[in-house]
Amino acid sequence: MAARYRIGQDPDYVPLGRRLLLMNWTLVLLLAILSCIGFAMLYSAANGSLQPWAERQMMRFAAGMVLMILIALTDVRVWLRMSYAAYVISLILLVGVEIKGDIGMGAQRWINLGFFQLQPSELMKISLVLALARYFHGLTIEETGRIPLLIPPLLMVLAPAALVLRQPDLGTALLLVAGGGVIFWLSGVRMWKFAIILGGALAAIPIGWQFLRDYQKNRVLTFLNPENDPLGAGYHITQSKIALGSGGLFGKGFMLGSQSHLNFLPEKQTDFIFTMLGEEFGLVGGIALLLLYTLVIVYGYVIALRCANQFGRLVAIGVTTTFFLYVFINIAMVMGLIPVVGVPLPLVSYGGTVMMTILVSFGLLMSISIHRDVRISRQGNDDGRH
Amino acid sequence: MFTRRAIMLGAGQGVLLTGLAARMYYLQVMESDRYSTLADENRISHRLLPPPRGIITDRFGAPLAVNRQNYHILIVREQTPDVRKTLTVLSQIIEIEPETIDRVENDVQRRRSFVPVTVRDNLTWDEVARVGVNAPDLPGIIIDAGRSRDYPEGPHLAHTLGYVAAVAEKELTGDPLLELPGFRIGKSGIEKTYDMSLRGRAGTSQVEVNALGRVIRELDREEGQSGETVVLTLDIELQRFANQRLSEYESAAAVVMDVYNGDVLAMSSHPTYDPNSFTNGISHKLWESLINNEYSPLSNKAINGTYSPGSTFKTCVALAALEAGVVTPEQRFFCPGHLDLGNARFHCWKRGGHGWVNMHDSMKHSCDVYYYEVSQKLGIDKIAAMAKRLGLGDPTGVDLPSERSGLIPTREWKETQLGKRWQGGETLICSIGQGYVLTTPLQLATMVARLASGKAVTPHLTRDHVVPEDISARSDSEFPDLGISRQHLNYIRDGMNGVTNEVRGTAYRSRIKIKGLEMAGKTGTSQVRRISMHERQTGVIGNDELPWKYRDHALFIAFAPVENPRYACAVVVEHGGSGSGVAAPIARDLLTRAQELKSSRPGVSAVNIQSASQILRTTTKKQES
Repeated sequence: MAARYRIGQDPDYVPLGRRLLLMNWTLVLLLAILSCIGFAMLYSAANGSLQPWAERQMMRFAAGMVLMILIALTDVRVWLRMSYAAYVISLILLVGVEIKGDIGMGAQRWINLGFFQLQPSELMKISLVLALARYFHGLTIEETGRIPLLIPPLLMVLAPAALVLRQPDLGTALLLVAGGGVIFWLSGVRMWKFAIILGGALAAIPIGWQFLRDYQKNRVLTFLNPENDPLGAGYHITQSKIALGSGGLFGKGFMLGSQSHLNFLPEKQTDFIFTMLGEEFGLVGGIALLLLYTLVIVYGYVIALRCANQFGRLVAIGVTTTFFLYVFINIAMVMGLIPVVGVPLPLVSYGGTVMMTILVSFGLLMSISIHRDVRISRQGNDDGRH
Repeated sequence: MFTRRAIMLGAGQGVLLTGLAARMYYLQVMESDRYSTLADENRISHRLLPPPRGIITDRFGAPLAVNRQNYHILIVREQTPDVRKTLTVLSQIIEIEPETIDRVENDVQRRRSFVPVTVRDNLTWDEVARVGVNAPDLPGIIIDAGRSRDYPEGPHLAHTLGYVAAVAEKELTGDPLLELPGFRIGKSGIEKTYDMSLRGRAGTSQVEVNALGRVIRELDREEGQSGETVVLTLDIELQRFANQRLSEYESAAAVVMDVYNGDVLAMSSHPTYDPNSFTNGISHKLWESLINNEYSPLSNKAINGTYSPGSTFKTCVALAALEAGVVTPEQRFFCPGHLDLGNARFHCWKRGGHGWVNMHDSMKHSCDVYYYEVSQKLGIDKIAAMAKRLGLGDPTGVDLPSERSGLIPTREWKETQLGKRWQGGETLICSIGQGYVLTTPLQLATMVARLASGKAVTPHLTRDHVVPEDISARSDSEFPDLGISRQHLNYIRDGMNGVTNEVRGTAYRSRIKIKGLEMAGKTGTSQVRRISMHERQTGVIGNDELPWKYRDHALFIAFAPVENPRYACAVVVEHGGSGSGVAAPIARDLLTRAQELKSSRPGVSAVNIQSASQILRTTTKKQES
């Protein structure tokens, strides 16, 4: 791929050695530390065993790391060119799930590829950011103000969001809308237009509600009000708060969390892994993890602000915000601040697809960082420089 | 534009993350104690360890109610690959009904896989051994030893001891001990009276449990305290003898008590039942047969049976007359066989009459007319006052539940209860222990003890120094004096002596002939059914010719020895016929036996009882460990 940009023809070409030098190794280290915390917690969740979670998570991490570095070393313009294609493929896969998907956890989310359970909605999280970034990259600031030109990106957000909502996976749908909204916002779309969209969305809720089937309505209702389901979501959140609160300042010690180890805490290896960390390492451990995440997010912003091209800046913030939303929604959820949504804690929760999604998106972020000085024309071609 | 908005976005995210940190601080520092408690409540479960029930012994320490090892078989689903197969193998080793297998399979499915389900109770030692030997073929089968109440004397003490049974819904007091499966409480008799002492104090075991309730490990254990030993005043030998003697009749009751200290030495009610059959739940069939039995075996007739005392009541009337000063012992009345009052004629039991009788003779011959005459001078209220003073008409306060009070009528009682005025003739009928007067055998025994001692003796089945928490301080012979003239009491006792030890006394044939052990008594035959005028005129219907339930009750009260009386006794044989012919021989045998037992064994002192119970406690502990 990089072969198209030969030395001499492309003044922005960054040689491989320099790419390796420009790699954000500190960020790589941060991600590795977070993942290692995850391994430790998964080891604890299995009562001091690498099986069944920690070992598989390590293998996925290793594979994901290789993939991340490959993506990081690839020229950002390649990703720009591939973004629409990625979006279309993701959309097709989402439709595919809609038609024939494996039912799991009460929702259609996976496509079984034999060797891998592909979750197209995760793929879409990256593709949507890429596609929107490319679209707005192609607009001048004046064009961004024209309403007809905002309709295509709006549809680009709504189409996958609607499909994911049908699975039903309200959490991912909201993540997609929020991630997309951030790109709109950063591209300079006026505040009042957001207000109109928001108002329209609220007005559309009762209409859309009628199209849902009864069981789907029930799922949404349970999501909105966990008390309807005291032995399900309501029980989970109560036990989660007890686990966190009883952890206190310094925690009960590694592998000594009674709530987690006596199974009062559900799903401790996935969505509620932060609770277990909070129980075993206390406030100190929880804040330390939060600081690590904050550092990663700050890195994302620094990369965005230092990037010379609009595409890179938008993708960087989009990726960072998606990452932030994962962290925020998961932790706020286990602390009972927001309703229970199935959002994992990035890099720490057990789960292959999310690990891949996160590492791929950080690969993109690092690619942007490495190629921060590359200037790209609105058409996305290197020869369009003026 | 981009930079500004990006910084705004970043700032917004920073605020949200700070919010998370604040929430974390709130949960983990400010609310930490509350959540720690909740986590411990989740984690720690307090399990009660039921204490062994206290044992009950007789006055010499002979075990009357003990705890027997009860082996049962349990099955744990998660430890056996195939429940049905294991049960089938088990049924080839010990007897198991086919329905049991279905029930267990059902139970096992409905409970959590680690919760043991009872397969069978009450295994014999032989069965335990056979299951133990075959253990390798029986995965998931557990032999568990529990305790169950055992009454070695069986039916001999059913009424006094009572029985234990599972706690009923309405008996739940909030005490968690009562909610333990298999816990038994006293339902009647001594078991009920001293239930709190016998129960003991539960131990606790703190265990760590997981979310499914499975015990992970024991954190702390506090042993409970077994129930107190209750030592009864009963002498089991005398008790057995009394039961045996009464069992010759359809339905009867007898009490032997100590004149000085109120110790009940024997309390027998016949027919009886086996209290062991209640411990593990009585069968419907057996229960039906017990409650439908016309001789009411479940009732303790010594305290629940109320009978017209008949002529035994004359001792009370005579004493009342002496105390009131309406007669002197020598004063005579003429008995022509009847007395006319108004339009009514009141007969003496002896149709031909007794002629001139003084007080001594009136007792000896049980002349009714003498008492008709005396009672007219006394009036019912003075008779009633003396009866109450002698312990009749009120519960004696013996330490058994559901004692009945009997009835001693007064003018006021009749007016308030029946709304009618007292008739003079009714006083006459009451004076010979008929009419409204109703007493229990225990009250009669108490009356005899009071006549013999002059003190306000009350009966009891335990001594205060054995179960101090339950009985207000009660010393051996510190009963208050009744304030009745010694001389008057001597007249009564002399009259009773005449009944048994003088030729032509109504119970002369039933006297105790052993020198020094003689008894003094009073016969009583109480009519159950009024004899019609027609029958009286024809005079041919003998008591024996009537159906059983219309026959007279036979009663006898007595004390022995005549000099320095020590034992008081009351016997009632329901529809047994005459007091002299049926009840007196029983009393004679009981009092003879009581005195013989006393001479053959050392006297019982407080020290003896205490050491006996201590020995017993240590031996039971050894057996348990």
